[in-house]
Amino acid sequence: MQNLTLAQISKGLEAGEFTSVEITQHYLDRIKQLDQGENGLNSFITVNEELALAEAKAADERRAAGNATAWTGVPIAHKDLLCTDGTLTTCGSKILSNFVPPYDATIVENFKKEGAVCLGKTNMDEFAMGSSNENSYFGAVKNPWDLERVPGGSSGGSAAAVAARLVPAATATDTGGSIRQPAAFTGLTGLKPTYGRCSRWGMVAYASSLDQAGPIAQTAEDAAMMLNVMASFDEKDSTSIEQPVPDYTATLNDDIKGKVIGLPKEYFPENLDPEMASVVRSAIAEFEKLGCTIKEISLPNTGLGIPAYYVVAPAECSANLSRMDGVRFGVRCEDPKDLEDLYKRSRGEGFGAEVKRRIMVGTYALSTGFYDAYYVKAQKIRRLIKNDFVAAFNDVDFIMSPTTPTPAFKTGEKTGDPVEMYMEDVFTIALNLAGLPGMSIPAGKVNNLPVGLQIIGNYWNEAGMLNMAHQFQTATDFHKEAPAGIDSNR
Amino acid sequence: MALDRSDIPNIADLARLAIAENDIPQYQQELSNILELVEQMNAVNTDDVQPLAHPTDAVQRLRADEVTETNQREKYMQCAPAKEEGLFLVPKVIE
Repeated sequence: MQNLTLAQISKGLEAGEFTSVEITQHYLDRIKQLDQGENGLNSFITVNEELALAEAKAADERRAAGNATAWTGVPIAHKDLLCTDGTLTTCGSKILSNFVPPYDATIVENFKKEGAVCLGKTNMDEFAMGSSNENSYFGAVKNPWDLERVPGGSSGGSAAAVAARLVPAATATDTGGSIRQPAAFTGLTGLKPTYGRCSRWGMVAYASSLDQAGPIAQTAEDAAMMLNVMASFDEKDSTSIEQPVPDYTATLNDDIKGKVIGLPKEYFPENLDPEMASVVRSAIAEFEKLGCTIKEISLPNTGLGIPAYYVVAPAECSANLSRMDGVRFGVRCEDPKDLEDLYKRSRGEGFGAEVKRRIMVGTYALSTGFYDAYYVKAQKIRRLIKNDFVAAFNDVDFIMSPTTPTPAFKTGEKTGDPVEMYMEDVFTIALNLAGLPGMSIPAGKVNNLPVGLQIIGNYWNEAGMLNMAHQFQTATDFHKEAPAGIDSNR
Repeated sequence: MALDRSDIPNIADLARLAIAENDIPQYQQELSNILELVEQMNAVNTDDVQPLAHPTDAVQRLRADEVTETNQREKYMQCAPAKEEGLFLVPKVIE
Protein backbone atom coordinates (compact mmCIF):
# COMPACT_ATOMS: atom_id res chain seq x y z
CA MET A 1 0.00 0.00 0.00
CA GLN A 2 2.81 2.45 0.84
CA ASN A 3 4.11 2.82 -2.69
CA LEU A 4 0.82 4.23 -3.91
CA THR A 5 1.06 7.63 -5.56
CA LEU A 6 -1.37 10.45 -4.88
CA ALA A 7 -3.06 9.73 -8.19
CA GLN A 8 -3.49 6.05 -7.25
CA ILE A 9 -4.79 6.91 -3.78
CA SER A 10 -7.27 9.34 -5.30
CA LYS A 11 -8.51 6.63 -7.70
CA GLY A 12 -8.55 3.98 -4.97
CA LEU A 13 -10.71 6.17 -2.76
CA GLU A 14 -13.05 6.89 -5.62
CA ALA A 15 -13.35 3.20 -6.51
CA GLY A 16 -13.99 2.32 -2.87
CA GLU A 17 -10.91 0.04 -2.64
CA PHE A 18 -10.14 1.57 0.75
CA THR A 19 -11.47 4.39 2.91
CA SER A 20 -9.65 7.54 3.91
CA VAL A 21 -9.65 6.34 7.53
CA GLU A 22 -7.91 3.12 6.43
CA ILE A 23 -5.22 4.80 4.34
CA THR A 24 -4.68 7.52 6.95
CA GLN A 25 -4.24 4.89 9.68
CA HIS A 26 -1.80 3.01 7.43
CA TYR A 27 0.46 6.06 7.12
CA LEU A 28 0.12 6.96 10.80
CA ASP A 29 1.29 3.43 11.66
CA ARG A 30 4.26 3.79 9.32
CA ILE A 31 5.23 7.09 10.93
CA LYS A 32 5.15 5.41 14.36
CA GLN A 33 7.33 2.55 13.13
CA LEU A 34 9.85 4.37 10.99
CA ASP A 35 9.96 8.00 12.09
CA GLN A 36 9.83 8.07 15.85
CA GLY A 37 12.28 6.93 18.53
CA GLU A 38 16.06 7.02 18.60
CA ASN A 39 16.61 5.30 15.26
CA GLY A 40 13.70 6.98 13.51
CA LEU A 41 14.06 9.32 10.55
CA ASN A 42 12.77 12.32 12.58
CA SER A 43 11.03 13.74 9.53
CA PHE A 44 7.98 14.94 11.47
CA ILE A 45 7.96 17.57 14.22
CA THR A 46 4.25 17.11 14.95
CA VAL A 47 2.04 14.15 14.09
CA ASN A 48 -1.59 15.02 14.54
CA GLU A 49 -3.09 11.56 14.83
CA GLU A 50 -6.46 12.48 16.32
CA LEU A 51 -7.04 15.40 13.97
CA ALA A 52 -5.92 13.42 10.90
CA LEU A 53 -8.32 10.59 11.70
CA ALA A 54 -11.14 13.08 12.30
CA GLU A 55 -10.41 14.71 8.93
CA ALA A 56 -10.32 11.27 7.29
CA LYS A 57 -13.66 10.36 8.83
CA ALA A 58 -15.16 13.65 7.62
CA ALA A 59 -13.73 12.97 4.15
CA ASP A 60 -15.31 9.51 4.03
CA GLU A 61 -18.65 11.06 5.03
CA ARG A 62 -18.26 13.75 2.35
CA ARG A 63 -17.60 11.03 -0.21
CA ALA A 64 -20.64 9.06 0.95
CA ALA A 65 -22.70 12.24 0.53
CA GLY A 66 -21.50 12.53 -3.07
CA ASN A 67 -19.49 15.75 -2.66
CA ALA A 68 -15.96 14.37 -3.02
CA THR A 69 -13.25 15.95 -5.17
CA ALA A 70 -10.12 14.18 -6.46
CA TRP A 71 -8.47 15.22 -3.20
CA THR A 72 -11.08 14.27 -0.63
CA GLY A 73 -9.53 11.92 1.92
CA VAL A 74 -6.03 11.97 0.39
CA PRO A 75 -3.33 12.28 3.09
CA ILE A 76 -0.49 14.79 2.87
CA ALA A 77 1.83 16.64 5.27
CA HIS A 78 2.80 20.31 5.53
CA LYS A 79 6.24 21.76 6.07
CA ASP A 80 6.28 23.22 9.56
CA LEU A 81 6.46 26.83 8.38
CA LEU A 82 2.93 26.84 6.99
CA CYS A 83 0.62 28.11 9.72
CA THR A 84 -2.04 25.62 10.78
CA ASP A 85 -4.92 26.87 12.91
CA GLY A 86 -4.73 25.10 16.27
CA THR A 87 -1.69 22.97 15.40
CA LEU A 88 1.87 23.74 16.55
CA THR A 89 3.94 25.55 13.88
CA THR A 90 7.59 25.78 14.91
CA CYS A 91 9.64 26.60 11.80
CA GLY A 92 12.20 24.23 13.32
CA SER A 93 13.02 26.89 15.90
CA LYS A 94 13.12 27.06 19.69
CA ILE A 95 11.66 30.57 19.58
CA LEU A 96 8.45 29.21 18.00
CA SER A 97 8.51 25.89 19.87
CA ASN A 98 5.24 26.80 21.61
CA PHE A 99 3.57 28.69 18.75
CA VAL A 100 0.05 27.56 17.91
CA PRO A 101 -1.20 29.83 15.11
CA PRO A 102 -4.72 31.24 15.29
CA TYR A 103 -5.18 30.89 11.50
CA ASP A 104 -4.39 28.74 8.45
CA ALA A 105 -1.97 29.64 5.68
CA THR A 106 -3.78 30.05 2.33
CA ILE A 107 -2.10 26.89 1.03
CA VAL A 108 -3.30 24.93 4.08
CA GLU A 109 -6.79 26.33 3.58
CA ASN A 110 -6.72 25.34 -0.11
CA PHE A 111 -6.07 21.69 0.86
CA LYS A 112 -8.73 21.79 3.59
CA LYS A 113 -11.36 23.01 1.12
CA GLU A 114 -10.62 19.98 -1.06
CA GLY A 115 -11.00 17.69 1.95
CA ALA A 116 -7.37 16.51 2.03
CA VAL A 117 -6.11 14.99 5.28
CA CYS A 118 -3.08 16.52 7.03
CA LEU A 119 -1.00 13.86 8.84
CA GLY A 120 1.29 16.37 10.51
CA LYS A 121 4.04 18.93 10.16
CA THR A 122 7.44 18.10 8.74
CA ASN A 123 10.88 18.90 10.10
CA MET A 124 13.03 21.59 8.48
CA ASP A 125 16.13 23.70 8.90
CA GLU A 126 15.35 26.51 11.34
CA PHE A 127 13.41 29.25 9.50
CA ALA A 128 14.29 27.42 6.24
CA MET A 129 17.97 28.37 6.56
CA GLY A 130 20.11 25.41 5.62
CA SER A 131 20.84 22.75 3.02
CA SER A 132 21.01 19.64 5.20
CA ASN A 133 18.22 19.80 7.79
CA GLU A 134 20.90 19.77 10.48
CA ASN A 135 19.87 23.26 11.66
CA SER A 136 16.61 22.14 13.31
CA TYR A 137 15.95 22.71 17.01
CA PHE A 138 14.08 19.39 16.83
CA GLY A 139 17.12 17.45 15.64
CA ALA A 140 18.58 16.42 12.29
CA VAL A 141 16.58 14.35 9.80
CA LYS A 142 17.99 11.12 8.33
CA ASN A 143 18.01 10.31 4.64
CA PRO A 144 16.07 7.05 4.13
CA TRP A 145 18.52 6.05 1.34
CA ASP A 146 21.42 6.05 3.80
CA LEU A 147 20.76 6.84 7.43
CA GLU A 148 24.23 8.35 7.87
CA ARG A 149 23.50 10.98 5.23
CA VAL A 150 21.45 14.17 5.20
CA PRO A 151 18.15 14.42 3.28
CA GLY A 152 19.05 17.93 2.11
CA GLY A 153 17.33 21.08 3.26
CA SER A 154 15.64 23.13 4.17
CA SER A 155 12.61 20.94 3.30
CA GLY A 156 14.48 17.82 4.52
CA GLY A 157 11.56 16.54 6.61
CA SER A 158 9.09 16.70 3.71
CA ALA A 159 11.60 14.94 1.43
CA ALA A 160 12.57 12.19 3.91
CA ALA A 161 8.93 11.54 4.80
CA VAL A 162 7.86 11.13 1.16
CA ALA A 163 10.98 9.08 0.27
CA ALA A 164 10.22 6.66 3.13
CA ARG A 165 6.57 6.64 2.05
CA LEU A 166 5.39 7.92 5.42
CA VAL A 167 3.14 10.21 3.43
CA PRO A 168 2.48 10.15 -0.33
CA ALA A 169 3.42 13.82 -0.90
CA ALA A 170 4.14 16.96 1.12
CA THR A 171 4.27 20.71 0.82
CA ALA A 172 7.65 22.42 0.93
CA THR A 173 9.20 25.83 0.27
CA ASP A 174 12.21 26.97 -1.73
CA THR A 175 14.20 30.17 -1.15
CA GLY A 176 17.50 29.07 -2.72
CA GLY A 177 16.96 25.39 -3.52
CA SER A 178 15.06 24.09 -0.48
CA ILE A 179 12.59 22.04 -2.54
CA ARG A 180 14.84 20.93 -5.40
CA GLN A 181 17.96 19.94 -3.46
CA PRO A 182 16.18 17.68 -0.91
CA ALA A 183 14.08 16.18 -3.73
CA ALA A 184 17.34 15.39 -5.58
CA PHE A 185 18.93 13.88 -2.44
CA THR A 186 15.97 11.58 -1.81
CA GLY A 187 15.03 10.47 -5.33
CA LEU A 188 11.84 12.54 -5.57
CA THR A 189 10.12 15.04 -7.83
CA GLY A 190 10.09 18.58 -6.44
CA LEU A 191 8.87 21.79 -8.02
CA LYS A 192 9.52 25.43 -7.17
CA PRO A 193 6.95 27.56 -9.02
CA THR A 194 7.34 31.04 -10.49
CA TYR A 195 7.57 33.70 -7.78
CA GLY A 196 3.99 34.80 -7.03
CA ARG A 197 2.31 31.54 -8.17
CA CYS A 198 1.53 30.19 -4.67
CA SER A 199 0.35 32.42 -1.87
CA ARG A 200 2.88 33.26 0.83
CA TRP A 201 0.13 34.24 3.26
CA GLY A 202 0.60 32.29 6.49
CA MET A 203 3.96 30.98 5.35
CA VAL A 204 6.54 32.20 7.87
CA ALA A 205 8.75 34.57 5.88
CA TYR A 206 12.49 34.04 5.52
CA ALA A 207 13.43 36.10 2.43
CA SER A 208 10.19 37.54 1.08
CA SER A 209 11.38 38.33 -2.44
CA LEU A 210 12.73 34.78 -2.93
CA ASP A 211 10.41 32.45 -0.93
CA GLN A 212 8.02 30.28 -2.89
CA ALA A 213 6.09 27.16 -1.87
CA GLY A 214 5.79 24.03 -3.99
CA PRO A 215 5.31 20.27 -3.81
CA ILE A 216 7.63 17.33 -3.08
CA ALA A 217 6.09 14.17 -4.53
CA GLN A 218 6.90 10.75 -5.98
CA THR A 219 6.02 11.61 -9.58
CA ALA A 220 5.49 14.56 -11.90
CA GLU A 221 1.82 13.58 -12.12
CA ASP A 222 1.51 13.89 -8.33
CA ALA A 223 3.41 17.19 -8.35
CA ALA A 224 0.88 18.45 -10.90
CA MET A 225 -2.00 17.36 -8.64
CA MET A 226 -0.36 19.15 -5.70
CA LEU A 227 0.25 22.33 -7.67
CA ASN A 228 -3.39 22.37 -8.79
CA VAL A 229 -4.29 22.94 -5.12
CA MET A 230 -1.29 25.00 -4.00
CA ALA A 231 -1.36 27.58 -6.81
CA SER A 232 -3.88 30.35 -6.37
CA PHE A 233 -4.18 34.10 -6.59
CA ASP A 234 -4.49 35.50 -3.09
CA GLU A 235 -5.45 39.06 -2.23
CA LYS A 236 -3.92 38.58 1.20
CA ASP A 237 -0.42 38.21 -0.31
CA SER A 238 0.60 41.49 -1.94
CA THR A 239 3.17 39.68 -4.11
CA SER A 240 0.70 37.05 -5.36
CA ILE A 241 0.18 37.45 -9.11
CA GLU A 242 -3.29 37.47 -10.64
CA GLN A 243 -2.73 34.87 -13.32
CA PRO A 244 -5.10 32.04 -14.23
CA VAL A 245 -4.22 28.62 -12.76
CA PRO A 246 -4.34 25.96 -15.47
CA ASP A 247 -5.12 22.29 -14.74
CA TYR A 248 -1.52 21.09 -14.51
CA THR A 249 -2.58 17.46 -15.00
CA ALA A 250 -4.30 18.22 -18.31
CA THR A 251 -1.12 18.72 -20.36
CA LEU A 252 1.07 15.96 -18.89
CA ASN A 253 0.69 13.82 -21.98
CA ASP A 254 1.33 16.51 -24.58
CA ASP A 255 3.93 15.67 -27.20
CA ILE A 256 7.35 17.10 -26.36
CA LYS A 257 8.82 16.47 -29.79
CA GLY A 258 10.73 19.47 -31.09
CA LYS A 259 11.25 21.12 -27.69
CA VAL A 260 14.64 22.79 -27.45
CA ILE A 261 16.67 22.16 -24.28
CA GLY A 262 19.47 24.53 -23.37
CA LEU A 263 22.50 23.24 -21.48
CA PRO A 264 24.33 26.13 -19.83
CA LYS A 265 28.07 25.53 -19.84
CA GLU A 266 28.35 27.21 -16.41
CA TYR A 267 26.16 24.42 -14.94
CA PHE A 268 28.49 21.71 -16.25
CA PRO A 269 31.82 23.06 -14.95
CA GLU A 270 35.07 21.18 -15.54
CA ASN A 271 35.32 20.27 -11.87
CA LEU A 272 31.85 18.66 -11.80
CA ASP A 273 32.06 15.09 -10.54
CA PRO A 274 32.33 12.95 -13.72
CA GLU A 275 29.83 10.37 -12.46
CA MET A 276 27.27 13.10 -11.69
CA ALA A 277 27.83 14.61 -15.12
CA SER A 278 27.42 11.24 -16.78
CA VAL A 279 24.10 10.43 -15.03
CA VAL A 280 22.70 13.86 -15.89
CA ARG A 281 23.89 13.70 -19.51
CA SER A 282 22.31 10.29 -20.03
CA ALA A 283 19.03 11.60 -18.64
CA ILE A 284 19.23 14.48 -21.12
CA ALA A 285 19.94 11.96 -23.89
CA GLU A 286 16.61 10.34 -22.97
CA PHE A 287 14.88 13.63 -23.84
CA GLU A 288 16.67 13.56 -27.21
CA LYS A 289 15.19 10.10 -27.78
CA LEU A 290 11.80 11.63 -27.06
CA GLY A 291 12.37 14.12 -29.87
CA CYS A 292 13.87 17.12 -28.10
CA THR A 293 16.91 18.92 -29.42
CA ILE A 294 19.88 20.10 -27.37
CA LYS A 295 21.58 23.44 -27.56
CA GLU A 296 24.68 24.62 -25.69
CA ILE A 297 24.02 27.99 -24.05
CA SER A 298 25.75 30.35 -21.65
CA LEU A 299 24.45 32.11 -18.53
CA PRO A 300 27.54 34.25 -17.92
CA ASN A 301 26.55 35.75 -14.54
CA THR A 302 25.90 32.38 -12.86
CA GLY A 303 28.91 32.75 -10.54
CA LEU A 304 27.41 35.88 -8.99
CA GLY A 305 24.31 34.04 -7.77
CA ILE A 306 25.61 32.82 -4.41
CA PRO A 307 27.30 36.15 -3.50
CA ALA A 308 24.11 38.12 -4.35
CA TYR A 309 21.90 35.62 -2.50
CA TYR A 310 23.96 35.96 0.69
CA VAL A 311 23.13 39.66 0.75
CA VAL A 312 19.47 39.57 -0.30
CA ALA A 313 18.41 36.61 1.84
CA PRO A 314 20.15 37.70 5.08
CA ALA A 315 19.02 41.32 4.62
CA GLU A 316 15.39 40.28 4.19
CA CYS A 317 15.59 37.73 7.01
CA SER A 318 17.01 40.29 9.42
CA ALA A 319 13.91 42.41 8.78
CA ASN A 320 11.40 39.52 8.71
CA LEU A 321 12.67 37.87 11.87
CA SER A 322 12.48 41.11 13.86
CA ARG A 323 8.91 40.05 14.64
CA MET A 324 10.32 37.22 16.75
CA ASP A 325 10.72 39.46 19.79
CA GLY A 326 9.20 37.49 22.67
CA VAL A 327 6.34 39.98 23.08
CA ARG A 328 3.29 38.81 21.14
CA PHE A 329 3.97 35.11 20.53
CA GLY A 330 6.72 32.54 20.82
CA VAL A 331 9.13 31.88 23.66
CA ARG A 332 10.13 34.69 26.02
CA CYS A 333 13.32 34.56 28.13
CA GLU A 334 13.08 34.10 31.89
CA ASP A 335 12.96 37.19 34.13
CA PRO A 336 13.81 39.98 31.67
CA LYS A 337 15.20 42.98 33.55
CA ASP A 338 13.97 45.49 30.96
CA LEU A 339 12.51 45.57 27.45
CA GLU A 340 15.92 45.60 25.76
CA ASP A 341 16.98 42.57 27.78
CA LEU A 342 13.70 40.83 26.89
CA TYR A 343 14.31 41.31 23.15
CA LYS A 344 17.98 40.38 23.23
CA ARG A 345 17.80 37.31 25.42
CA SER A 346 14.56 35.95 23.91
CA ARG A 347 16.20 36.16 20.47
CA GLY A 348 19.70 35.14 21.58
CA GLU A 349 18.34 32.06 23.37
CA GLY A 350 15.58 31.33 20.85
CA PHE A 351 17.56 31.33 17.59
CA GLY A 352 20.15 28.76 16.51
CA ALA A 353 23.65 29.55 15.21
CA GLU A 354 22.89 29.75 11.46
CA VAL A 355 19.87 32.00 11.99
CA LYS A 356 21.95 34.35 14.15
CA ARG A 357 24.71 34.44 11.55
CA ARG A 358 22.30 35.39 8.78
CA ILE A 359 20.49 37.99 10.88
CA MET A 360 23.84 39.59 11.72
CA VAL A 361 25.07 39.57 8.10
CA GLY A 362 21.78 41.12 7.02
CA THR A 363 21.81 43.71 9.78
CA TYR A 364 25.34 44.70 8.78
CA ALA A 365 24.48 44.86 5.07
CA LEU A 366 21.48 47.10 5.74
CA SER A 367 23.22 49.37 8.26
CA THR A 368 23.92 53.03 7.53
CA GLY A 369 26.59 53.52 4.91
CA PHE A 370 26.56 49.95 3.59
CA TYR A 371 23.11 49.74 1.97
CA ASP A 372 24.24 50.71 -1.54
CA ALA A 373 27.39 48.60 -1.47
CA TYR A 374 25.52 45.46 -0.47
CA TYR A 375 21.74 45.41 -0.94
CA VAL A 376 21.46 47.69 -3.98
CA LYS A 377 24.48 46.02 -5.58
CA ALA A 378 22.90 42.60 -5.02
CA GLN A 379 19.58 43.75 -6.53
CA LYS A 380 21.50 44.92 -9.60
CA ILE A 381 23.19 41.52 -9.87
CA ARG A 382 19.73 39.96 -9.74
CA ARG A 383 18.80 41.98 -12.81
CA LEU A 384 21.90 40.68 -14.64
CA ILE A 385 21.07 37.09 -13.70
CA LYS A 386 17.47 37.52 -14.83
CA ASN A 387 18.63 39.08 -18.13
CA ASP A 388 20.83 36.02 -18.79
CA PHE A 389 17.79 33.75 -18.47
CA VAL A 390 15.51 36.02 -20.51
CA ALA A 391 18.07 35.99 -23.34
CA ALA A 392 18.45 32.20 -23.11
CA PHE A 393 14.69 31.64 -23.29
CA ASN A 394 14.61 33.46 -26.64
CA ASP A 395 16.42 30.42 -28.05
CA VAL A 396 15.33 27.47 -25.91
CA ASP A 397 12.14 26.11 -24.31
CA PHE A 398 13.76 24.63 -21.20
CA ILE A 399 17.14 24.65 -19.50
CA MET A 400 18.56 21.53 -17.86
CA SER A 401 21.39 20.91 -15.41
CA PRO A 402 22.33 18.80 -12.41
CA THR A 403 20.25 19.90 -9.38
CA THR A 404 23.23 19.57 -7.04
CA PRO A 405 27.02 19.17 -7.48
CA THR A 406 27.05 15.89 -5.50
CA PRO A 407 24.60 13.31 -4.12
CA ALA A 408 23.61 13.44 -0.42
CA PHE A 409 26.60 14.08 1.85
CA LYS A 410 27.21 12.68 5.33
CA THR A 411 25.64 14.18 8.43
CA GLY A 412 28.21 16.50 10.02
CA GLU A 413 30.37 16.64 6.88
CA LYS A 414 29.76 20.32 6.12
CA THR A 415 28.59 21.80 9.41
CA GLY A 416 32.03 23.21 10.30
CA ASP A 417 32.15 25.75 7.49
CA PRO A 418 29.02 27.78 6.65
CA VAL A 419 30.44 29.02 3.35
CA GLU A 420 31.13 25.47 2.17
CA MET A 421 27.50 24.59 2.99
CA TYR A 422 26.31 27.60 0.95
CA MET A 423 28.00 26.18 -2.18
CA GLU A 424 25.50 23.31 -2.04
CA ASP A 425 22.95 25.59 -3.77
CA VAL A 426 25.20 26.66 -6.65
CA PHE A 427 22.88 25.27 -9.37
CA THR A 428 19.55 26.16 -7.75
CA ILE A 429 19.98 29.64 -6.31
CA ALA A 430 19.90 31.72 -9.53
CA LEU A 431 16.27 30.72 -10.19
CA ASN A 432 15.11 32.24 -6.92
CA LEU A 433 16.98 35.46 -7.68
CA ALA A 434 15.32 35.58 -11.11
CA GLY A 435 11.92 34.32 -9.82
CA LEU A 436 11.87 31.48 -12.37
CA PRO A 437 10.24 28.07 -11.89
CA GLY A 438 12.39 24.96 -11.61
CA MET A 439 12.04 21.33 -10.72
CA SER A 440 14.18 18.35 -9.81
CA ILE A 441 13.41 14.84 -11.00
CA PRO A 442 15.26 11.58 -10.27
CA ALA A 443 17.75 10.91 -13.07
CA GLY A 444 19.70 7.88 -11.85
CA LYS A 445 22.18 7.11 -9.10
CA VAL A 446 25.82 7.58 -8.12
CA ASN A 447 27.21 5.24 -5.42
CA ASN A 448 23.67 3.99 -4.87
CA LEU A 449 22.46 7.50 -4.00
CA PRO A 450 19.83 9.37 -6.04
CA VAL A 451 20.86 12.14 -8.44
CA GLY A 452 18.53 14.94 -9.53
CA LEU A 453 18.08 16.49 -12.95
CA GLN A 454 17.02 20.13 -12.79
CA ILE A 455 14.50 21.38 -15.36
CA ILE A 456 14.21 25.17 -15.55
CA GLY A 457 11.21 26.67 -17.31
CA ASN A 458 10.31 30.14 -18.47
CA TYR A 459 8.07 32.30 -16.25
CA TRP A 460 4.65 30.66 -15.62
CA ASN A 461 5.57 27.54 -17.61
CA GLU A 462 5.08 25.07 -14.75
CA ALA A 463 2.72 23.06 -16.97
CA GLY A 464 5.43 22.72 -19.62
CA MET A 465 8.01 21.56 -17.08
CA LEU A 466 5.59 19.02 -15.63
CA ASN A 467 4.83 17.80 -19.16
CA MET A 468 8.57 17.28 -19.83
CA ALA A 469 9.04 15.53 -16.48
CA HIS A 470 6.01 13.29 -16.96
CA GLN A 471 7.12 12.24 -20.45
CA PHE A 472 10.55 11.38 -19.03
CA GLN A 473 8.92 9.38 -16.24
CA THR A 474 6.71 7.58 -18.73
CA ALA A 475 9.84 6.44 -20.58
CA THR A 476 12.01 5.65 -17.52
CA ASP A 477 11.73 4.05 -14.07
CA PHE A 478 14.13 6.11 -11.93
CA HIS A 479 11.24 7.73 -10.06
CA LYS A 480 9.82 4.33 -9.07
CA GLU A 481 12.83 3.33 -7.01
CA ALA A 482 12.30 3.55 -3.27
CA PRO A 483 15.00 3.28 -0.61
CA ALA A 484 15.68 -0.24 0.68
CA GLY A 485 14.68 -0.87 4.27
CA ILE A 486 11.47 1.11 4.30
CA ASP A 487 9.56 -2.17 4.23
CA SER A 488 11.58 -3.72 7.05
CA ASN A 489 8.90 -3.30 9.66
CA ARG A 490 6.02 -4.34 7.52
CA MET B 1 35.71 42.82 4.13
CA ALA B 2 37.21 41.50 7.35
CA LEU B 3 35.31 42.60 10.44
CA ASP B 4 37.06 43.73 13.62
CA ARG B 5 36.36 42.02 16.91
CA SER B 6 34.64 45.20 18.11
CA ASP B 7 32.21 45.15 15.15
CA ILE B 8 30.52 41.98 16.41
CA PRO B 9 28.93 43.33 19.63
CA ASN B 10 27.77 46.40 17.66
CA ILE B 11 26.07 44.32 14.98
CA ALA B 12 24.53 42.02 17.62
CA ASP B 13 23.25 45.09 19.44
CA LEU B 14 21.64 46.49 16.26
CA ALA B 15 20.03 43.09 15.67
CA ARG B 16 18.86 42.87 19.33
CA LEU B 17 20.66 39.57 19.79
CA ALA B 18 22.36 38.56 23.03
CA ILE B 19 25.54 36.68 22.14
CA ALA B 20 28.06 35.09 24.49
CA GLU B 21 31.40 36.85 24.91
CA ASN B 22 33.36 33.72 24.05
CA ASP B 23 31.43 33.23 20.77
CA ILE B 24 32.66 36.57 19.43
CA PRO B 25 35.88 35.30 17.77
CA GLN B 26 33.93 32.62 15.90
CA TYR B 27 31.29 35.11 14.71
CA GLN B 28 34.08 37.47 13.64
CA GLN B 29 35.65 34.72 11.53
CA GLU B 30 32.40 33.38 10.05
CA LEU B 31 30.83 36.74 9.25
CA SER B 32 34.10 37.92 7.66
CA ASN B 33 34.14 34.78 5.48
CA ILE B 34 30.55 35.40 4.39
CA LEU B 35 31.29 39.05 3.56
CA GLU B 36 34.34 37.94 1.60
CA LEU B 37 32.10 35.60 -0.42
CA VAL B 38 29.59 38.40 -0.95
CA GLU B 39 32.25 40.78 -2.23
CA GLN B 40 32.72 38.63 -5.31
CA MET B 41 29.82 40.79 -6.58
CA ASN B 42 32.33 43.59 -7.07
CA ALA B 43 33.86 41.70 -9.99
CA VAL B 44 31.25 43.25 -12.31
CA ASN B 45 30.45 46.86 -13.01
CA THR B 46 26.75 47.52 -12.41
CA ASP B 47 26.68 51.32 -12.76
CA ASP B 48 24.04 51.29 -15.50
CA VAL B 49 21.95 48.40 -14.16
CA GLN B 50 18.50 48.94 -12.64
CA PRO B 51 18.09 47.09 -9.31
CA LEU B 52 15.53 44.26 -9.48
CA ALA B 53 12.98 44.68 -6.69
CA HIS B 54 10.45 42.10 -7.88
CA PRO B 55 11.37 39.14 -10.10
CA THR B 56 8.57 39.79 -12.57
CA ASP B 57 8.62 43.58 -12.04
CA ALA B 58 5.13 43.53 -10.57
CA VAL B 59 3.93 46.69 -8.85
CA GLN B 60 2.24 46.95 -5.48
CA ARG B 61 -1.43 46.05 -5.68
CA LEU B 62 -3.77 48.33 -3.78
CA ARG B 63 -7.11 47.57 -2.20
CA ALA B 64 -9.96 49.67 -0.90
CA ASP B 65 -9.43 50.86 2.66
CA GLU B 66 -12.24 48.86 4.19
CA VAL B 67 -12.54 46.68 7.26
CA THR B 68 -12.64 43.07 6.06
CA GLU B 69 -11.56 41.11 9.14
CA THR B 70 -13.73 40.22 12.08
CA ASN B 71 -12.40 41.06 15.53
CA GLN B 72 -10.80 37.95 17.03
CA ARG B 73 -8.64 39.67 19.61
CA GLU B 74 -8.86 36.94 22.23
CA LYS B 75 -8.01 34.19 19.78
CA TYR B 76 -5.08 36.14 18.38
CA MET B 77 -3.76 36.87 21.87
CA GLN B 78 -3.86 33.25 23.00
CA CYS B 79 -0.24 32.74 21.94
CA ALA B 80 1.13 35.75 23.85
CA PRO B 81 3.75 34.91 26.52
CA ALA B 82 2.28 37.46 28.97
CA LYS B 83 -0.98 39.40 28.75
CA GLU B 84 -3.51 41.21 30.90
CA GLU B 85 -6.91 42.68 30.04
CA GLY B 86 -6.35 42.42 26.32
CA LEU B 87 -2.86 43.94 26.40
CA PHE B 88 0.58 42.42 25.87
CA LEU B 89 2.70 42.69 29.00
CA VAL B 90 6.35 43.79 28.88
CA PRO B 91 8.75 45.06 31.55
CA LYS B 92 8.17 48.68 32.52
CA VAL B 93 9.48 51.03 29.78
CA ILE B 94 8.71 54.47 31.28
CA GLU B 95 9.39 55.12 34.98
